[in-house]
Amino acid sequence: MIEVEGLTKDFGARRAIDGLTFNARQGEIVGFLGPNGAGKTTTMRILTGYMPPTAGTAKVVGFDVTEQSLEVRKRVGYLPETVPLYNDMTVYDYLKFMADLRHLAEAEDRVLEALEVVNLLDRAEGYIGNLSKGMRQRVGLAQALLHKPEVLILDEPTIGLDPAQIIEVRKLIREIGKERTVLLSTHILSEAQQICDRVLIINKGRIVAEDSPEHLQSRLAGAQRVSLRVQGDADGLESSLSAVNGVQTVVARPDGTWEVETIPGIDTRPQIARAIVQAGYDLLEMRAMGLSLEDIFMELTREEPEPPAMDETEAEQVEPEPEQETVEEE
Amino acid sequence: MRNLWTIARREYKLYFISPVAYVVAFLFLLVIGYFFFSEVTTAVAYSMYYPTAPGVEILISPMVTLILFTMPALTMRLVAEENRTGTMELLLTAPVKDWELVVGKWMGSFLFALTLLAATFIYPIVLNFLVDPGIDQGLVFSGYLGLILMTGSLLAVGVAISALFSNQVAAFFVSLALVLAVWIIRPAASATGTGSDVLSYLNLVDHFLTFYRGTIDLSDVVYYLSLTTLGLVLGTVFVEIRRWR
Ligand SMILES: Nc1ncnc2c1ncn2[C@@H]1O[C@H](COP(=O)(O)OP(=O)(O)OP(=O)(O)O)[C@@H](O)[C@H]1O
Ligand SMILES: [Mg+2]
Repeated sequence: MIEVEGLTKDFGARRAIDGLTFNARQGEIVGFLGPNGAGKTTTMRILTGYMPPTAGTAKVVGFDVTEQSLEVRKRVGYLPETVPLYNDMTVYDYLKFMADLRHLAEAEDRVLEALEVVNLLDRAEGYIGNLSKGMRQRVGLAQALLHKPEVLILDEPTIGLDPAQIIEVRKLIREIGKERTVLLSTHILSEAQQICDRVLIINKGRIVAEDSPEHLQSRLAGAQRVSLRVQGDADGLESSLSAVNGVQTVVARPDGTWEVETIPGIDTRPQIARAIVQAGYDLLEMRAMGLSLEDIFMELTREEPEPPAMDETEAEQVEPEPEQETVEEE
Repeated sequence: MRNLWTIARREYKLYFISPVAYVVAFLFLLVIGYFFFSEVTTAVAYSMYYPTAPGVEILISPMVTLILFTMPALTMRLVAEENRTGTMELLLTAPVKDWELVVGKWMGSFLFALTLLAATFIYPIVLNFLVDPGIDQGLVFSGYLGLILMTGSLLAVGVAISALFSNQVAAFFVSLALVLAVWIIRPAASATGTGSDVLSYLNLVDHFLTFYRGTIDLSDVVYYLSLTTLGLVLGTVFVEIRRWR
C-alpha cells in the first residue's frame, strides 16, 4: 500500500530525509519512531502530496505521489502534526467542508459518523476555536477518517489526549489497521509497542532499525537481567547466586537490591529463586528487566560516538556513506 | 467546478463574520450614500442657477475610488491566513487542484463584492425617481459593468499577492501599493513621454473611462479579463512555489 524507495528531501542545504526505503502492506500498522528532527513529518508530508520529494519515489495505493498526486490524496486520510483547523468554523461545518471537497456521497451522515467515532457529537455545533487541545486533535482525526481512506497517515495522533482518549484512539487505530494501512509517528515508545505491527526507527533522515517491536527487543537485548530483593542481611548471597547455572554477573546495588545478569536465551529465574531459598534467605521480590524499547531507541539514535554498551547485534545499522557530514559510528 | 463552489461558499460565508468585511461594507454603503445625499441636496439648492439634474456619475466615480482602496482588504486574508495558520496543509493534501483553490477563493471574494455592488444599486433607483425624465440607463449599465470587471481584476491580483505572504497585513499593503502604482502610472507616463502608450495601457483606471462615458469598448473588457486571468494564474503559481519550497 505504501512503497517508498530512496526518498530524499532537501531544504536548501539541509537534508531532512536521506534515501528512505520502506514498505507498508495492507492491514499493517507501521510506527515511525525517531527523535525530533529525524524527518518523520517530512516523510509524511511527501506521502500525502503536500510537498514533492527531491529524489526517490513513493507510491501510495499504487499511485505515484508526484505524478498522480490527486489520486493519492483521494485515498489517504491525513492528520498533520500541527492539527491545522479553521477556528472560525463550527466542528460540523468544518467537517462538512472537508467532506464536500472529497465529493462524499451523503456527506452529512459521514460527518456525523466520524464525529461519533471520535466521541465529539455533543460539540458538533460549537466553534473549533473554543475547543480544548485534545478535542481539536479529535476533530483532526475525524477529518482524516471522513472518507474511510485506504491509507491513514497520522502524525503523532495521541499527543495532547487524556488517558481515556489515548486508549480509545489506540483502540480505534488498531481497529482501522485490521483492513487498512496505517502509518503513524510517535515519541511514545510504549504506544508503538502496543499498537504497531512494525516499527521503523529513523534518525537523521535514515532508517536505523526496522522490525516488530518484540523482535527488536529480543534481538537487541543481548543479556537478560533480573532484579532481586531479599529480606534482611544478605552477606553470603553473592556466592550462592553466582553458583547458579547460567548466571554471569551478580551486582549488589546501593538501594539493597541485587542485579543478576544471565546468559541470553534461557530463563534462570526458577533456579535463582530456589538457590536463594535453599541458602536460607527470604525472597521478597524478583523482576525480569528486559532491555526496554526506550533503551533500544536511545542506543540507536545516540548522538555522541560511544562503543555499544553490551552487544554487537546492531544488525540494522545502515552502511556508512562517506559523503555524509553526519558522524556515524560503527 | 464543484470544488470551486465549495471553496467559494466557505469564503463568502466567512465575510459575514469578518470585521474587515463589515468595515468595507460600511464604507461602500454609507460613504456612497453620503456623496449621493450631498450631491442631490446641493443640486436641489442650486437648481435655479444650474438647472442640470445630477446623473449616475455622482455615484460611479466615488465607487471607483472606493473599490481601488477596499478590494485589497477583502483579499488580504484569503491565502495568507491559511499559510500562517497551517490550514494550507489541509487544502494542499485534499484532492483539490491548486488552481481550483485559487479560483475558488477569488470567486468567494468576487461574490461578496458583487453583493456590495448590488446593495449600492439602491442609489441609482432612488435617483431615477428624483430626476426628471429619469437617469441614463445605458450609463448605469455600462458603469456597473465596468465596476464589476474592475473589481474582478483587482480581486484576482489581490488573491495572487495574498498567496505570496503568510501575513495578511503585508498582503494588504503590497496590494494597496500595487493599486497606487497603477493609479499614478499615467502621470508618470506623460512626464517621461516615451513608452507612455504602453504605460497608459496598463493603467487600471484609464480603461474605465469608456464605461464611464456610457460606452462599452471590447478592448477594455479584454483588458480587465486578461488582468483577472493573469492574477489567478500568478496566484496558482505562487501556491505551487510554496509546495516546492
Ligand atoms: N519547511 C521546512 N523548511 C526547512 N527545513 C525544514 C522544513 N521542514 C522540516 N525541515 C527540517 O527537516 C528536518 C526534519 O524535520 P521533520 O519535521 O520531518 O522532523 P520530525 O521527525 O517530524 O521531528 P519531530 O519529532 O520534532 O516532529 C529538520 O531538521 C527540520 O528542521
Ligand atoms: Mg514531526
